[in-house]
Amino acid sequence: MEPDTYATAPGVPLRERDDEPVDAEAYAREDLQRVLAEREAWTREELAQALERLPLRRARFTTDSGIPIPDVLDAASIAGVDPVRDVGFPGRYPFTRGPQATMYRGRLWTMRQFAGFGSPEDTNRRFRHLLAHGVTGLSVAFDMPALMGHDADHPLSRGEVGKEGVAVSSLRDFEVLLDGLPLDQVTVSMTINATAPIALAMYVAVADGRGVPRDRLGGTLQNDMLKEYAAQKEWIVPPAPAFRMSCDVIEFCTRALPRWNPISISGYHIREAGATAVQELAFTLASGLAYVQACVDRGLDVDDFAPRLSFFWDVQSDFFEEVAKFRAARRIWARAMCERFGARRPASWLLRAHAQTAGVSLTAQQPWNNVVRTALQAFAAVLGGTQSLHTNSLDETYALPTEEAVTLALRTQQVIAHESGADRVADPLGGSWYVEWLTAELERRALAELGRIEAIGGMLRAVEAGHPQREIAESAWRHQRELEAGERAIVGVNAYRSAEEPPIPTLRVDEAVARAQVERLRAIRAARSPGAVDAALAAVERAARRGENVLPPLVDAVKALATLGELSDVFRRVFGVHREDPRLTSTPIGAH
Amino acid sequence: MNERPLRIMVAKVGLDGHDRGARVVVRALEAAGLEVVYSGLHRSPEQVVAAALQAGVDAIGLSILSGAHLTLLPEVVALLRDRGAPEVVVFAGGIVPQDDVARLREAGVAEVFLPGTPTDRAVTWIRANVRARASGGVPAPSAEPAAAS
Repeated sequence: MEPDTYATAPGVPLRERDDEPVDAEAYAREDLQRVLAEREAWTREELAQALERLPLRRARFTTDSGIPIPDVLDAASIAGVDPVRDVGFPGRYPFTRGPQATMYRGRLWTMRQFAGFGSPEDTNRRFRHLLAHGVTGLSVAFDMPALMGHDADHPLSRGEVGKEGVAVSSLRDFEVLLDGLPLDQVTVSMTINATAPIALAMYVAVADGRGVPRDRLGGTLQNDMLKEYAAQKEWIVPPAPAFRMSCDVIEFCTRALPRWNPISISGYHIREAGATAVQELAFTLASGLAYVQACVDRGLDVDDFAPRLSFFWDVQSDFFEEVAKFRAARRIWARAMCERFGARRPASWLLRAHAQTAGVSLTAQQPWNNVVRTALQAFAAVLGGTQSLHTNSLDETYALPTEEAVTLALRTQQVIAHESGADRVADPLGGSWYVEWLTAELERRALAELGRIEAIGGMLRAVEAGHPQREIAESAWRHQRELEAGERAIVGVNAYRSAEEPPIPTLRVDEAVARAQVERLRAIRAARSPGAVDAALAAVERAARRGENVLPPLVDAVKALATLGELSDVFRRVFGVHREDPRLTSTPIGAH
Repeated sequence: MNERPLRIMVAKVGLDGHDRGARVVVRALEAAGLEVVYSGLHRSPEQVVAAALQAGVDAIGLSILSGAHLTLLPEVVALLRDRGAPEVVVFAGGIVPQDDVARLREAGVAEVFLPGTPTDRAVTWIRANVRARASGGVPAPSAEPAAAS
C-alpha cells in the first residue's frame, strides 16, 4: 500500500497547507476537468454575483475544529480519494465505511447507557430499569473514591461516596451491583482506569462465584491510563507502571477472557478536555499504537489481542466533522495495524468503537435544548458507524441523570434506530463530496499530529513530557476565547438567552449511602480472615515488584475480601503516588 | 498609592480531576491582570487552605464537578475561619444543582458560577467582591510554591 497524498483541487480556497503533489492521473480524467472548469465558471459568475448581493455571514467558515471549508464541494474536491483504495466497502479493508459488511442491517448498535450512583443497590435498580426500557448493554459509572483507589471510609472519600458513580470497595459491593444480571448473556462495560485491574478482578470473582465460565463473559474495561494523564486525570501511580498494568489486563484477557474487550482506547475525555477533532484522533490513535507496541514487545502475537481492542469516541456538535472523524479513524487504524504491525487477520485491522454524545456541549441554561443537541450528536454517531452508543441526559450539567431524563436519552437512540431510516443502509454519507473530503482532511491532519507524537517517542513519552496536556489546554483556551468573542454561538448561553429560569428536578444522592457503605466495610473487615488477606496482599505486591501480571493475584485477593483501597495501597507502596507538575502541563504564562 | 493586584487561588478540591474549566479560569484571570496561583489536582480542603494561606491569596476559586460540593466547599470556608483568615473570599464553579447554590451561600461560599458563565463576568465579580487583604499578597516565609506542596 502506498503512502497516501490527498490532493485538493485548484480553485478551492487555500489555507496554510499544501505541499502535496496534485494527483496528475486523476486530473487527466476528463470528467474532473469538466467539473473543475464548471467550478471556475461558477466561482466567477454565480458565486461572485451572490457575494456582491449578499456578503457572507462570516469572514471564513470552518469546522468546529478549525478546518476551513471550501466555497463548494464537488466531484473534483475528492480527486485524490480513491473509491476502492480509500473508500471501499463496509466490512472490508480499510473499513472507512464501517467494520461490518451489513452494519445495522445485521445488528443495531448497542444502546449502552452509562449509569451508576449511590449504593450498589441503587445502581442495580437503575440497571434493571434501563434493561426493562430497552438498553442492550450495561455500562457502569463508579464513584470518585473507587476510581481513585480509596475505600468509602478513607478521609479523602468524605462527601464523595456514591456522588458521581456507584460506590464499591469490595467484592460484596460487586455482588450486589451485578445481582440478577446474567453475566453470560449481557455485556457489561466498566468505566474505570486507575483501579481497572481491581474492578476486573472483582467482576471475574463474581462470575467465578456463580459458576459462569470466564470464556462466556462479555464486556469492556476502559482501562486506558494514557488518556488519564493526558486528559481525565484520574490516577494513582505514575504513567509507566500504570501503562504496564493496562497491558497486564490486555494480556490476562487475551488468555482468560476471549470475549472481553480489555481496553477502550479513549478519545472522549481528550476531546472533552478541549482537544480538536484532529487532536482527538491523533492522541487516541497514538495511545492505541502504544498499547499494541507494548503488548507485542511483551511477546503477544498481534493477531491474538488486536481483535479485542476497542475505542471510544466523543460526538460533538459539528455533525459532518464527527461523521468524517469516525470514518477517518477506521481508515488510519486499519492501515497502521496492517502496515506497521503486520497483523494478518482482518479482525485485527478493524476499529470497533463506542461513542458518547458530548457532555461538554450540554448547557446549564435552557437545559431542554440539550435534548436536541444529544439527538443530533447521536445521529452523527450512527451515520459515523458506531458499534455502541451512550446518549447524555438533559440534566447532566447539574447532576447525574434522573430516571426520566435517562429514559428520554435512551428513547432518543430508539427513535433514531427505528424511525429515521439510518438503520437501513450502511454508511449513508459515503460518497458525499463534503464527507469524503472531510474524512481525507481529518486523516491527513491527524497523521501529521500522530507523526509528532511518534517523533517524541510515542504516547507514553509524550504524556510524561506533558505534550498532549499542553496541546489540549491550548485548544480549550482558544475555544473559550472564540466563545466569548462571539465567534461561536451556543443557544441559550451567548445567544437567545432567557432571564430567570426555574430549576429542573435533579437526582440527589443521600449521605446515608456513605454511612451504609462504611458500615458494610466494617462488617467485611470484621468477618474476613486477616491472615488470608495479608497473604493475598503480599502476593499482589510480589507480582507488582517482580513485573509479573498482577491480575491473577488480584483475583485471589478480592476473593479473600481485600478491599479496593487496600489493593490500591499496595500499588502506591510499590510504584509511588503520581502528582501532576502543573508547570509541565501548562503553557508558561505568569508565575505558578 | 498603587494597590497591589489581587491574588487568587484557583483550586481543584476533592478527587475530581476535570481541570479544563479551572485551567481556562487561571488564564482568564491572569489575562485580566490578576495574580493567580493554581493548586494542582486532587487537593483536600486542608491542603487547599494551607496552600492558599502560604501563598497569601485574597480569594479562593474552587472548581468541582464531582457532586461533593456540599461537603467540601463549606469545609474550606470553615478551615479559613479556624485559621484566622475569614476575610479570604471563597467562590466556586462547576457542576452544582441550582438548589444547592443557596445552601452553599449559607455556608459562606460567596458566589457559585455555573457552566456557561463568561470568564469576564467572573473577573468583574472578583474585582467587585474581593479586597486585597492586609496580610495577603506575599507568600508566607519559607512557603513552597503551592503547586509543589
